[in-house]
Amino acid sequence: MTDRTLRRPLVPKALRADFPIFDQTIAGRPLVYLDSAATAQKPRAVLEAMTRFYERDYANVHRAVHTLAGRATEAYEAAREAVRRFLGARSAAEIVFTRSTTGSLNLVAQAYARPRLGPGDEIVLTPLEHHANLLPWQRVARETGARLVFIEPTDDLRITEAAIDQAISPRTKIVALAHVSNVTGAVAPIAHAARRAHAVGAVIVVDAAQSAPHLPLDVRALDVDFLAFSGHKMLGPTGIGVLYAKEEHLRSMEPYEVGGEMIDRVTLFDATWREPPWKFEAGTPPIAEAIGLRAAIEYLEAIGMDAIEAHVVRLTNLAAEALANEPGVTVYGPRTDRHAVVAFNVGRIHAHDVSTVLDAEGIAVRAGHHCAQPLMTRLCVPATVRASFYLYNDEDDVERLVVGVRRAKEFFGDVFGEPVSGDHPGSL
Amino acid sequence: MSLENLYREIILDHYKHPRKRGTLEGPGVLAVELKNPSCGDRITLYVRREDDRLAAVRFVGEGCSISMSSASMMSALVEGKTADEAEALARAFFRLVQGEPLDPATEEALGDAVALQGVHQFPVRIKCATLAWKALERALAEGGAAAESPAGTPAP
Repeated sequence: MTDRTLRRPLVPKALRADFPIFDQTIAGRPLVYLDSAATAQKPRAVLEAMTRFYERDYANVHRAVHTLAGRATEAYEAAREAVRRFLGARSAAEIVFTRSTTGSLNLVAQAYARPRLGPGDEIVLTPLEHHANLLPWQRVARETGARLVFIEPTDDLRITEAAIDQAISPRTKIVALAHVSNVTGAVAPIAHAARRAHAVGAVIVVDAAQSAPHLPLDVRALDVDFLAFSGHKMLGPTGIGVLYAKEEHLRSMEPYEVGGEMIDRVTLFDATWREPPWKFEAGTPPIAEAIGLRAAIEYLEAIGMDAIEAHVVRLTNLAAEALANEPGVTVYGPRTDRHAVVAFNVGRIHAHDVSTVLDAEGIAVRAGHHCAQPLMTRLCVPATVRASFYLYNDEDDVERLVVGVRRAKEFFGDVFGEPVSGDHPGSL
Repeated sequence: MSLENLYREIILDHYKHPRKRGTLEGPGVLAVELKNPSCGDRITLYVRREDDRLAAVRFVGEGCSISMSSASMMSALVEGKTADEAEALARAFFRLVQGEPLDPATEEALGDAVALQGVHQFPVRIKCATLAWKALERALAEGGAAAESPAGTPAP
């Protein structure tokens, strides 16, 4: 797949033919799907790989010795190898299948951090984190007496190297941050954060839910200890996530869940575990979902992650600029170098109302707090509209979005611009 | 599914010029705060009861035009009504936004709130319309309980 001559060109209109969901109209208009940051649509290759597995090769993994069990195990482990290659990891033993990014981050917090933290230790986060990379750390801090420390973002909500340096101290044990923010689309300097964390003997945990779909990842170049992402945001199925972890960490950790599949030997009173990664995969794993994820990775690799990144960044910056130039529209986050997402508000029209007007034009966007309530509080807004872009979107989608936003302004007429909400006592 | 069915003129009017917006203080005032955690809309409803009657009803909150106009319509409608009357109106409203047919007298009784009927064509927005009415239901339940036991603590 690294041979550029074999690559599929990134032509969104042609790619859309691979996605059955686009073969419909919403409100009488061709669907413009701008909510991939919440979840991405699925190409036929993913759906067919899963169906083929269920129809031809389905059995449980790592158990029986019959033919189908052999095929299922082989397919499941081949999916793990595809993830290893996708991430540039040393060994497939470093790839744990979980149910989601949330599942992966809870695993790290409970199985790695909890036994190692104590009072006085510090966990460094950013105030931009998705709740999935905040709540597991709040809990482990409560349980161990460790303290949460927050990196201070710039006014346009970027995380700088200097701010990282300021937050990390000799007391730091964990640095956990998003690679790409799900609200601003800004990219955090992960390699720098990893160096600084390691310099004080801490580990770095990366929430890659918003970066894995859009940019080339190389866990060895970034030198991260843990990295988590979900299958469903990168064209794969729901119900599967990945935790990458350096093998030394996985070896030193106790299992998070215990039960079937993950054991070496069991007596009535005791048990020993299998090697990593299997000791972290108790119970029947998401087998078909792993196979679907592999198909998604191969679909992305055929186009090339660098080409996808260039396309998505170009489109997102185009949208951010077009929206920022619309009178009355507030765009949150940096003006350039956005990856995939643009969060904005239209005057004082509530995000839900903007979203409903856009929906009536066949445009799907997210409206709400984007699982980042502390960030919404910081922005002094109850909610924002969020448009997010992927490889099946193009300039026409940006144009339709801008036209839809103008329609919202027209529709709400003189509401637009008036302060119509936010008088709640102690509120935002 | 047209936008005009959802955003009727009277709804936008209540949104722009909310009736009964504000707070209440003092003895006999019950405050109920309710949120839609999935979308962040929230309302605090203040009810002052005099015997069985909702003598004063006010609200503050933040949210979309549907949730805020619904709060305005509801507050204006139930102020001065008895608890039983208010409860009957809430039940009628929940049926209305589910798209169930109401008899003309019930529709008439719902006043401006009938304009929110169109929300049943937008299933994801129904919870916006019902937020204020759910707060009313809770206020009525807590108010009833408080009347039976004077030590009953109002919601924050």
